[in-house]
Amino acid sequence: MLINIVEIVISVLLVGLAFLALSGKSMIRSVMFLSLLSMLSVISFVLMQAPDVAVTEAVIGSGLVTSLFVFTILAKKKAGAKE
Amino acid sequence: MKKFLAFALSIGLGVMIILALNSNEFFPSMGEADLSERISNSFLNRSVLGSAQDVIFGETEVTEGGPANMITAIVADYRSFDTLGEITVLFVSSLGVALLLGATKQKRLDLNFKPNFMLKVGSRALFAIILMTGIYVTIHGHLTPGGGFPGGTMIASSILLLYLADDTFRTQVKGFKILESVAGSLYIVIGLIGLFAADYFLVNFIDNGIVGTLFSAGIIPIVYVLIGLKVRSEISGVIDNFLTEEETV
Repeated sequence: MLINIVEIVISVLLVGLAFLALSGKSMIRSVMFLSLLSMLSVISFVLMQAPDVAVTEAVIGSGLVTSLFVFTILAKKKAGAKE
Repeated sequence: MKKFLAFALSIGLGVMIILALNSNEFFPSMGEADLSERISNSFLNRSVLGSAQDVIFGETEVTEGGPANMITAIVADYRSFDTLGEITVLFVSSLGVALLLGATKQKRLDLNFKPNFMLKVGSRALFAIILMTGIYVTIHGHLTPGGGFPGGTMIASSILLLYLADDTFRTQVKGFKILESVAGSLYIVIGLIGLFAADYFLVNFIDNGIVGTLFSAGIIPIVYVLIGLKVRSEISGVIDNFLTEEETV
């Protein structure tokens, strides 16, 4: 019963965060929401009893991809400011 | 307009996923699936080739697939040839990044933020913890969730932290390239030893040992550590390529 409530809360939050990431005004805000989305999906993977997928998602989805996005956005802003 | 599109897209996709999973009779609710008719049951009992016996954690000595973790048994033992293809895909993608972004004379990309004191100290402290976790996950890949791919990526993200903390830091890219090719070649050499000394390519030719101990499962820990080294050096090379640029004189 408790697990059910947690699952429902997490799925509603997932859809809400996906909406925020799609409609974010600045790129960096969208990337942050995307990182939060993959953190929450880690919890949902654990609830679905798939710890291998959860470990991979935590490392790649919310760690590596987010930092590469952030670095790319920082580099792009700098190149735009020069001209 | 953009907000409405985003709202419709996220709600629509969510409803589609829920409907697809809810009304699908091939997807029973959790805990009610009948495993005895499924193919995963023979993977769980290690009886794919027909050897029927109970597998008890910490006691059973001779099993078909050595590792205690069922996923590792599939990834690195039953379907090891597929894993060879996977690391080839990763190699080709890192090769593509190096072709597009690499140059002979490189310097660090100067971003418009400077690491402050807290970032420097915190990164140094976190680096050791993340590195140790990555090595642990890689070595214990046949016992616990994780293994070569997540462990190698964890080590690579600890190296990314070092890049964050220091403006001028660069890894030994040449050493990484040598490590990557040595690890990839050793994987194929182990497979060829299996082909010539035993029956077929990538066969598990070392004794399995007791299920659940660290030194068990034959060649699988060795292969997973090699995969971890290869993944780690490839992703570190990709990070280095992303954070450097060609030196303009």
